[in-house]
Amino acid sequence: MESRKTVALIIPSEIIAKGLASILEDSGSFSVLEVFHDYSKTCETRLRGFDPDVVIIDPVILDFRSRKEARNMLADVCDSIVIALDGPAVTEDVLRQYDGSVSLYDRQDELVRKLRNAIDTKLQDPAPEPVEGELSAREKEILVCVAKGMLNKEIADKLNLSIYTVITHRKNITRKTGIKTVAGLTVYALLNNLIDMSSVQ
Amino acid sequence: MKQIFTPDLKLSDIIDMDYNLVQVISRMGIDLRHAGLPASEACALDGIDPASFLLICNVYSFPDHRPSDSDIAAASLKDILRYLRGSHLYYTGIALRNLETAFDRLVSPCDEGRKKAVLKFFFDYKAELEKHFAREEDEVFPYVEALMEGKRPEGYTIDQFEEHHESVDEKLEDMKNIVMKYLPSECDEELKMWVLLSVYRLRDDLRRHTFVEDGILVPMVRNLENDGK
Repeated sequence: MESRKTVALIIPSEIIAKGLASILEDSGSFSVLEVFHDYSKTCETRLRGFDPDVVIIDPVILDFRSRKEARNMLADVCDSIVIALDGPAVTEDVLRQYDGSVSLYDRQDELVRKLRNAIDTKLQDPAPEPVEGELSAREKEILVCVAKGMLNKEIADKLNLSIYTVITHRKNITRKTGIKTVAGLTVYALLNNLIDMSSVQ
Repeated sequence: MKQIFTPDLKLSDIIDMDYNLVQVISRMGIDLRHAGLPASEACALDGIDPASFLLICNVYSFPDHRPSDSDIAAASLKDILRYLRGSHLYYTGIALRNLETAFDRLVSPCDEGRKKAVLKFFFDYKAELEKHFAREEDEVFPYVEALMEGKRPEGYTIDQFEEHHESVDEKLEDMKNIVMKYLPSECDEELKMWVLLSVYRLRDDLRRHTFVEDGILVPMVRNLENDGK
């Protein structure tokens, strides 16, 4: 039997969270492992730790201005498929940034079907970059920024990219070089003449 | 097939099966001149509880071995702490020091900038690891000893240790990749191999050490905390 997909809910309403959790559990395809009623540091740490297959988030949990940033924010934390919960206060442009959405008024079978579709689409996404090999020009550019101590947000602003894209590049850099930490990447950049010592300190 | 060490085995036979265990023996403070005796007798002569010694040997040699609740209940906290302290001394006093000397020699033919960069990476890692150990020595171990004396220190529990017990793996993994793949050609091959092997050994040893802390020390202390309630 196929194993259940793990799910985390980030939904302020206890009524909705409990209802959704029970629908998902009853479907037999999903296991709700964590429920958060706010988006806090604890929530981030836990998500980072267990990296669920799916996160369902109610966008109203976030301040109006940061709603569009939510997807990028979560991409920084975990590799999960992120689904928005569509309700009266959620607008079309907010929903678009997510990997899918389910509505408060969906029937059980509809809801499960939508989640499955979102998972399938996401899995068909282009495969990650090859395992080893030369860094691309863009990756080198980003690596230099990382080595200089810039944050993802700063790199995104400087190069006019979305944070999400910067994170994807960083993952590819790590995959290609085998180096994870900022300190290690700095040494790599120095040894490969991408930066000199003076620009680090 | 996996064989688990038992108290009737001679210490020398245990070492023959996995010579890395000489390090465990030394950190426990067991005299190697007792190696001809069965583990239980050698331990007794040096005042060490054989069950604890064998528990550590088993998790050390068989990384997928998970001790049972009764193994953990039978072990002696005093001896687990003795091992952990011995390991810390080995890492800071011997392993890191040797690695430092070797790194120094390894990058000596490089230009100033590169030399500085690699050494800085090493020293930052070393400082991080030393800080990690110091926290255990200064906070956790004294707390455990207080519990053992029947005291109930306020404001600390082993859960806090577990929660903040960070992995020290990532940087070492990076160090391995840097030495293996990215050092300039002027670095000596022989020395590079020596450093690589040392980094691998340190990594494996640290992983086992971490398991003794998370998989043995933490549950033992939690039992002790619950007993007092």
